[in-house]
Amino acid sequence: MLATNLEHIETEAGFRETLASNENVMICCGRMGPMCLPVYDVMETLTPDYTHVAFRDMAFDEPIGRVIRSLPETAGFMGLPYTVYFKNGEVVAATSSIQSMEQVTAILDQHFGAPA
Amino acid sequence: MATDYDIVILGAGPAGLTAGIYAARAHRSVLILDTASVGGQTVLTDQVANYPGVATTSGRALSQTMAAQARAFGCTIVPFARVSDVAVTGAEKSVAYRGGERARARAVIVATGGTPRRLGVEGEERFVGRGISFCATCDGEFFTDRPIAVVGGGNSALEEAVSLSRFASRITIVHEFDHFQAEPWIVAEARGNPKIEFLLSQRVLGFAGDGSLAALRSAHRETGEVTETPVEGCFVFIGYVPNSSMLEGQLKLSERGEVVTDGALATSEPGVFAAGDVRQTRVRQITTAVADGTVAALSALDYLNEEGL
Repeated sequence: MLATNLEHIETEAGFRETLASNENVMICCGRMGPMCLPVYDVMETLTPDYTHVAFRDMAFDEPIGRVIRSLPETAGFMGLPYTVYFKNGEVVAATSSIQSMEQVTAILDQHFGAPA
Repeated sequence: MATDYDIVILGAGPAGLTAGIYAARAHRSVLILDTASVGGQTVLTDQVANYPGVATTSGRALSQTMAAQARAFGCTIVPFARVSDVAVTGAEKSVAYRGGERARARAVIVATGGTPRRLGVEGEERFVGRGISFCATCDGEFFTDRPIAVVGGGNSALEEAVSLSRFASRITIVHEFDHFQAEPWIVAEARGNPKIEFLLSQRVLGFAGDGSLAALRSAHRETGEVTETPVEGCFVFIGYVPNSSMLEGQLKLSERGEVVTDGALATSEPGVFAAGDVRQTRVRQITTAVADGTVAALSALDYLNEEGL
């Protein structure tokens, strides 16, 4: 389990439930490493304002990480973390490696809309 | 609407947080703003083993402790502050942030640090996370039994190349000069590693590949001879760019964009001080940033006291 303040996805059932019960989902699949920590910080900071988005993390090295690692959209990724954005259960964007606040909000605003 | 502070500190890395600790402990009101998360470049350091008094820790843990100390002394810290305007000339100094808030300051400490330098060549952005990486600890294992390149000639580049030799099948160190800036011991270690090859006096032209990285193209700086090195990964360690663009035209900067300071870390503008990686200095370590933060804060406090502010 990752030591963040985000909600964690730890099982495949939890993954399916998250996608089924939320229209907009951002999942960061990583470790507690230097490239991943800044992305978790960005997500935690955005959580109060982007109430229409479910922010979750997932441990890359745990068995659950397979659901992100095996996505066609993450094939060829060679940098942690893998960050995937889902709308109505479908992947709409995916990034590999560290992302800035500006990069993350650009994707959120494009696919999920800016906060009201 | 503006809020008044005795000291506004730009940057929440080790220099800025240390300055905050000293200034707030002197009962001054202190606001620390950062455009990213607390910790600066320190957060990107997986393991810190040369900070005196702390056997081994992570950059994140060290930063969080510093931030907790600063808050305990009364500092207000705003990460991801979206700083949009900085005005430090004249008696009234102010910073606009978070889309409409403004802080007025009697003194300012610039501790904005640096950003890892990019090559700025064709294909670099396209292959970030798909072959190009900036963290050997994070991404090294993706390149197990694959050929990679490391660009750079300083300590970071050579240390990471040696570290990556645990994973990669072959490592080509690509460097712009015919000699290294790195310390002799790590140069010797790299030269003695059978997996490491050297391509010196090179200007990187770009990266090529179809979906994933396949080759690095470079040219000899004197002869112009072009070399295409087959690689599936490339780690770039070519130093830092000082985060000083918002201060252009307001403070004296060096040719490289570093803030120029005197021995008291005063800048060209009265009441403005600079600390850490953003200022013109030869050594950039967490320890030197902490020392800079101390000196800058004490100088700022002297300034406020002398001016009766």
